[in-house]
This record gives sequence, structure tokens and C-alpha cells, in this order.
Amino acid sequence: MSPVNPVNLPDPEQLAVRIMRGERAAVASGLNLLDNKLAEARNRSASLLASLTGERWLNDGHLIGVTGPPGAGKSSLVSAMIREWRLSGRTVGVLAVDPSSRPELGGGALLGDRIRIKNSSHDEGLFIRSLANRNQLGGVATEVWPMSWLLLACFDIVVIETVGVGQTEIDIAEIGDTVCYVAQPASGDTIQYLKSGIIEIPDIFAVNKSDLGAPARKTASEIGRSASRQDRRENWDYPVCLVSATMNTGIKPFHDHFDRHRKFLANAGLLDKLRIRHQSAWVMRLLKEEFGTFGLELAGGQTVIGERLRENRFNQFEEYERMRKHILSRFLSVNQPSSLTTKEHLDEQIIV
Amino acid sequence: MPAARKNRDQPWLMRTYSGHSSARASNALYRTNLAKGQTGLSVAFDLPTQTGYDADSPLARGEVGKVGVPISSIEDMDQLFDQIPLDQMNTSMTINATAAWLLSLYIGLAQRRGIDPTRLSGTTQNDIIKEYLSRGTYIYPPGPSMRLIADTINYTVRHVPKWNPTNICSYHLQEAGATPVQELAYALCTAMAVLDRVKASGEIASEAFPQVVERISFFVNAGIRFVEECCKLRAFGEMWDELTLSRYQVADPKLRRFRYGVQVNSLGLTEPQPENNVQRIVLEMMSVVLSKRARARAIQLPAWNEAMGLPRPWDQQWALRMQQVMAFETDLLEYDDILDGSPVIAAKVSELIEGAKREIENVEAQGGIIAAIESGYIKRELVGSHMNRLRAIESGDLKIIGVNCFQETAESPLTVGSDGAIMKTDPAAEREQIERLQAHRKNRNDAEVRAALQGLSDAARSGENIMPSSIRCALAGVSTGEWGDSLRAVFGEFRPPTGIDIAIDSREVLGKKDRVTDLRTRVASTGNALGRPLKLLVGKPGLDGHSNGAEQVAVKARDVGFEVVYDGIRLTPQQIAQAAQEEGVHMVGLSILSGSHMELVESVLQELRLRDLSNVPVIAGGIIPREDADKLVALGVRAVYTPKDFNLNAIMEDMVNVIRECNGLERFALPQ
Repeated sequence: MSPVNPVNLPDPEQLAVRIMRGERAAVASGLNLLDNKLAEARNRSASLLASLTGERWLNDGHLIGVTGPPGAGKSSLVSAMIREWRLSGRTVGVLAVDPSSRPELGGGALLGDRIRIKNSSHDEGLFIRSLANRNQLGGVATEVWPMSWLLLACFDIVVIETVGVGQTEIDIAEIGDTVCYVAQPASGDTIQYLKSGIIEIPDIFAVNKSDLGAPARKTASEIGRSASRQDRRENWDYPVCLVSATMNTGIKPFHDHFDRHRKFLANAGLLDKLRIRHQSAWVMRLLKEEFGTFGLELAGGQTVIGERLRENRFNQFEEYERMRKHILSRFLSVNQPSSLTTKEHLDEQIIV
Repeated sequence: MPAARKNRDQPWLMRTYSGHSSARASNALYRTNLAKGQTGLSVAFDLPTQTGYDADSPLARGEVGKVGVPISSIEDMDQLFDQIPLDQMNTSMTINATAAWLLSLYIGLAQRRGIDPTRLSGTTQNDIIKEYLSRGTYIYPPGPSMRLIADTINYTVRHVPKWNPTNICSYHLQEAGATPVQELAYALCTAMAVLDRVKASGEIASEAFPQVVERISFFVNAGIRFVEECCKLRAFGEMWDELTLSRYQVADPKLRRFRYGVQVNSLGLTEPQPENNVQRIVLEMMSVVLSKRARARAIQLPAWNEAMGLPRPWDQQWALRMQQVMAFETDLLEYDDILDGSPVIAAKVSELIEGAKREIENVEAQGGIIAAIESGYIKRELVGSHMNRLRAIESGDLKIIGVNCFQETAESPLTVGSDGAIMKTDPAAEREQIERLQAHRKNRNDAEVRAALQGLSDAARSGENIMPSSIRCALAGVSTGEWGDSLRAVFGEFRPPTGIDIAIDSREVLGKKDRVTDLRTRVASTGNALGRPLKLLVGKPGLDGHSNGAEQVAVKARDVGFEVVYDGIRLTPQQIAQAAQEEGVHMVGLSILSGSHMELVESVLQELRLRDLSNVPVIAGGIIPREDADKLVALGVRAVYTPKDFNLNAIMEDMVNVIRECNGLERFALPQ
């Protein structure tokens, strides 16, 4: 059976226009496209991102990562934060990432954050997409990068919520403008991570379940002491907040730190630098994932790629698309043309 | 044949769980049932009443009068008990989150009729704890819910002394999959949590506390393994006796008696060959009457056709007659306990007690039942047991006649009637109830209503007992939704634990390995062909909270490789369609057990069309009569699964094929 494309894929340029107008259906369909691994979908994804990109990305919106150990109450806290943003009239897009089961157990996932995050009433200013991490190294699925940038094109606030188990925090720190770590009272996890230096230091700490009293205060003061590391940014105070999502206490002052941090980044001229760095890292990672080290060499190697991305820093995805096509053509000239395109459908053929 | 002995034991209270459409229609049914020899009433309320919404709330659409009677105010309560003397009746109300309110309406009605509340007898189920584990008609978070239970107990012990303010339910635990040991352990843990809470409130003097203990009653399930079930009830009695003595120092053995009512198991009733349910029901009843020491105080039996839809009056009459034959024709009530002295029974009882004690210690070590519910522990244990049961049915280890063996059957004359052998609720009931409620709102004194609601909010905030202000609300003509909303504003609403909490490790319970491996390959390769992993949305529209079925499907789908967005209960069709769009799913799975499937599914399909998502296939599961299933398919639903589709692997295979067809891929062949 020859591989046919049964999926109706949208036109990327038209889709980009609709997404920037904030059409929900277009946002949903754009996210589906970015998630799609068919060869034609990858081409169109690259064009979509190139059409969406531009200076707006370096100036507008706020990309926020929220992470922390399982059971710390991240979703409830995110829900409380969303309430504040919506009250102040800002629109919110959410990517909620949950773990997948191991491949040998079917690789499925049960995505339950939506229940906890959403408000009971219908809200046109809130958009939630749940994602499985698909067992990818680093804990955050590759898809989260482009999806968060797509949402940034049409929502004031974009929140990425991930379960922090070990390595996840590394990735989330490379996506968000502002990273918030939600700690569980009376648990040593946070402090261990901070001391070990395996995570970049989060910008804002929340110790949830402050209604527990003494254990919460103790954890907060321990974090306060441990957060003095060399990679601190000058002039940012790394606040540690006591909050209770269920009792709805401490939310307002905690919430204000997010705006304050964004202002701090913008005033210090760090916001665009941060986003450019994050985009470069993602483009590099995606090229490597698709084509391997050999592919990167075909495009001139990491250093050259890095330079080219810096040159075209306002439109890295356009650059990405160019490099991708370049590598593909080089690949096809050294390989048999069929091997790449049929690879996607090998499993399918075995079954049918 | 000798005549029946004169000094027979008194039989138990005989009830039929019923109520539908409207207070007027239910009242007529109750009076007919009483005339047939029923000795108590068991009121079924509709879901808006159970979850504190008015009939005209958007969430109540399609649910008014479906699974029970709608009670919007004291006027409905008055009509429900028209010509029924409250001081002579024993009324059981299956009501939980709004129990304090319905009890207030009942007490208010008695006061209005000049009846002293001390003469009222009956039961409010009022076990909100189990609502978080099964059934799902919770409203408020656990803290305020425990307080409402404690308030009703504190109030009734002093002012309505013959009332059973709470009926600790092991019933629904069994429906959710609990083994006898789990049933014993979790029900007793719940009882301890309730008693501890009442004690801590300090409203009752410690010398009067044994009276509180005496008023705690239980609502128990009885399954088809009737020997074990009978032992379970003896174990309950022994454990309760010991616990009330050691933990609460109740000296009088009479006050330590384990008092319980029963509804026998509905989980085991089958849709194929439904006439077999009659013998199942009789055998299950046997387990709760056989042993005199552990005999039920009140029994209600389901009708033989409950798995197919709402029973007709004749079906309910048949269920009542089963009880009457057992009580009045057999010689059972002429003897003392016929199981005393049996070493086999004694050994089984000890085994159950030992197991239950271990599990109680386990729960207590986690901080008690509330903590164990909040951490998701109990839910995981129950889902695990339920998956074990389903697997045993799939593999044939657990035999169910007519379902996984002996399926051959002649055509049943019982189910050939044009009504499909079930009753339909009155389709005009919802509109009439809304009109009635809106007329009532115009007829009351607004100033009194406002003052009464203010008093309710103040009591809720201050921690003062909620009952006096609720009774005042009842008398002022406050509506069920107004009462529910006032407390929602103070207490907040409960958000269910995340889907992760139902993510049990089900490697052990997947069923046949080859078939699962094959399924996983099918799911993965279909995802590859479509470019991304198959994504499924599972949700329950409407107010029905029985989430077990939806959870089983969600867990199973996860295990065969789907990415499953579990969106929980009480969703509006609009929310479901919005979730389907935002999540970019390949399929929407709806679960509905309240009988409102026609209205709700149609609305979901319409909302999907509005969002240009008519190409996303919708499947539905629940208690859906064949005729309705055909109509749903005609509306555009791609598949309908009912309790006769017990094989989850087969459902998954079908779901994958539906997705393939909707995306222009060829169907997979049936597995060898």
C-alpha cells in the first residue's frame, strides 16, 4: 500500500493570519499542525512559524513556565492565577504537560490538568491544550517550544505547566521568560535541586498549601537561604511567596511578581535576548533531532548555524525553514530519495 | 403443612426506591406502592435537586425529573407527601450534598402541618464522603461537607430524635468495585471520621454521645456471592460493636447495634437475558435476611429491568413481592440465627475482619479516610479492584450467565412490548417544573426570602449549626438552587482530583496479552498514519456523577496508547465542544447514565457543528435503550456502548476503527 496523506492540512499563510486575529479554531488547528509528524506537515509547520514570527515576539506577551513536584498543587495555583489575569482583562493560553506511560506500556497518557485548571463557566479568553511529554529527554515534549510561540502570537499570557521530576526544570528554564517553581511544604526536593545546581534558578518561588502553617513557613525560609547562587541575575530579588490555592490566600502579591519580573526583564534589555537565545536553542535541537549530528554538519556545523540564527534574529524560524530545506536537499542527494518519505509509514505498512 | 408460627419476628421495612417526573406523579406512585403493602418510602431525587441547582439552571437542562423527583421548594415537598401522614411514615431520602436542605424542607413541612418534628422518622443518606469516590453528586469541598453532616447529626439528635441523620454507605463502594474487605474498612473509616467530627464540634455533651453513636446507620450493598456477603454483614456487626465500645466507650450494647438498610447490587444486573436478574435479586436479598443477628432493618430491591432503563410500576411491584414472599411465606422469621455455630461461617467472618482491620490501620496511618481520599489512594484502590473484576469477566474467570457464557436465548416475551419494557419519564416534566418554580418565586415574600438567605450565609460563615437557618429558608419559600448557591459562595466548590489520580498501574489487569499488544500496535500505527498520537476526550455531560464507566474507558484507552484528556463530570455540551476544539482530539467519548442521553448528546453534536468539528467522531456509553441508541446513531453518533458491551478491548478496537474510517483509512480486520 503506498503511503497516502489522509489528513487535510491547512494552508500555513492563511492560518497565520487567522491565528493573529485570535480565531480559536485557527489556534487549535495551528497547534494540531505543529504536533503533526507527517513530512508534509513538518514543511507546513516551518512555514507557519516563519509567517508568525517577527518583532512582536520579542516585545509582546509574557511566556511563563510553572513547574514543581507532583502533588504540589500547580494546577490549582495556575487556576487561581488565571482568575487574576482574566479579572484584569488579559487573555491566557495554557499548555499543560503530563507524563506519558513508558513505551513498553503503550506510551499512552492520561491528561487530567484540564479539569483542575478550567473555571466552571465558559470563558472565551482562556485556551487550554493538554500535552503528553511522550517520554522525551528533558521531560518537555519538543512540540511545546513551537506551540508556546504560536500561543504567544494571540494571547497576552502563555503559561506552560509541567511536572517537575528531575530534568524537566532544565527544559522549562529554556522556554519561559519567567519561571515559577511551586514547592511542596515539608519536602526537601526544591532545596536539593537548588543546591545541586542542576536547575537554573527559578525567578519566582511559591510555597503552596500555606494553610499548613509552620511546615510551609519553614520550607519558604529554607528556599530563601538556598537561592543565593552565582547565576543570580543582578537586581532581581527571587521572591519566595507563601500561597494557598485552595484557601485563595496570598495569590494577589504572588501574582504581582510576574508583571514585575517581566518589567524587570524589559527594562534591563534582557527579554529579547532571552527569547532569541531560547529560539536558537530550540531550532538547533529540532534540526539535530530530525537530521542528527551528520545533518548539522551538512548545514555547516553548530557554530555556523548559530551565527546564521543570530544574523536573522527576528526571524529565526524563517532561517530554520531555509536550513531545513537545505539539509533535506543535501540528504536526498546522498541518500536514496525513498528512504526518508516512507520511514513515516513503515509501521502502518507492517500492520495493513 | 403447618400454619405459620404466631410469634414470628417482625419483618424489615419494605421500600422501593422511586420518584420521577414531578412531585405530583411521584406522590401518586407512592400512594399506589403503599396500598400494595410497602411499609416505608424511599425517595429518589433528580440530579438538579441532588446537586443544588434550580430546574431552570442551564446545567439542569435535560435532567429535571429524570432519575428522580424534582424538589425545588417546600411547595414541591408538600405535593410529594400529599395525603401521606408524615408522623406515621418512615421516609428514606437518597440525598447527600443537599441533605441538610431536603431534611429542612421535610421538617419545615411537618411544622407547617402542625406535626411535632420529634415524631418524624426516617433517614437521610447524607454520606458525602463516598460521593467523592463514587456517585459524584458532591458540591462542596470535604471540610464543609463534613461540617454539614455533623450539623445535621447534632441537630437531629436533639430535635428529631427518631431520625437517622446519616446512612454511611458501603453500597456505592461496591458499585465502584470494592471487595468485601474494602467495603468493611472504608465504611467503618468513614463512620469514625463522622463521629470524630461530631465529637470535636462539642455541641453534644459527652454523656449524651452514645445516643449520637446509636443514630449512625449504614447503607449496605449485597452482591451475588451471597455466602460471603452474609459473612460480611456479620463482620460489620462484630466490628461495629467492638469499635463503638473501644473508641467511643458506648457501654449499652443496644446502642452499639449495627443498624443497616440495603439495596441489593445493581452492578451485577445484566441487560442480556434480563429475566435472570430476578433470581440474582432474590439470592442477594437472602444474604441480608438469612442471619438474624445481621439482618437488615430496611430493604429496597431493584427491578429486574434496571439495566435497561426506568422500571414501570409493575416491575417495582414484582420487586416488592419478592420481599413479601421472603417475609411472609417462608419460615425464615420463625427461627433464631440459623448461622450461629457454623465453623465455616465463623472462619470466613474472622478472615474478613482481619483483612478489614489491616486496611483500616493502613488508612488511619495515612491520616484517616479524608486524607486518603484527597491523596487519591482510595480511588486508586477501588479502580484497581474494578479493573480486576472487568478482567475476570473478559477472561471468563468470573461467569455471568447470559453475558460471557450461556448466551443462547429464546426471544423473551417480557421485553417485546411496544414500550421496550421500560418506562419513559414525562417529556413535559422539565417545562412544567420550571413554570411551577417561576410561579412560586412570584408568590413568596421577597423580604422574607432575602432575610432567610442572609441568615443562612451568616450561619455558614460563623460555623453555627446550619439547620435552624435552613428550616427558616424552607418556610420562607427559598428554592433548592438558592440554598445551594448561598453555600457555594461561602464554601466554594469541590474540584475533583486530577486524572493522574485515576492512573493506576494496570499492567496486571489488562486482559489477554496478545490482544493488548495487537491493540497498541493498531493505536500507534493509526497515530503514525495521521501524523500524531491518537487523542481522545472523555467527559460526562449533564449532572450525573457516576464516573466509574468513564474512568474505566479513560484508563483502558491510556493503556492501549491513546493520549486521553479526562475532562470529568458535570460538563455543559458547550464545554465539551470547546474542549474538543482546544485539545485537538480525534474522538469524543461521552458517558451518560441519567437517562438524559437524547437531549445531551444532541446538544453536544450541535455545539461541535457550530465549531466546524462535525468530522470529529462522537461515541456514547451508558444505560441507553436500544431504540434510543438507534436514534443517536441516526443523529450522527458513531457508536453506542451499553452495559452489555463489557469487553473493553473490543470497545477499543471499535474506537480505533471509527477513527480510521472518519479519516479515510481502511478499517482493521477483526483480530483472529
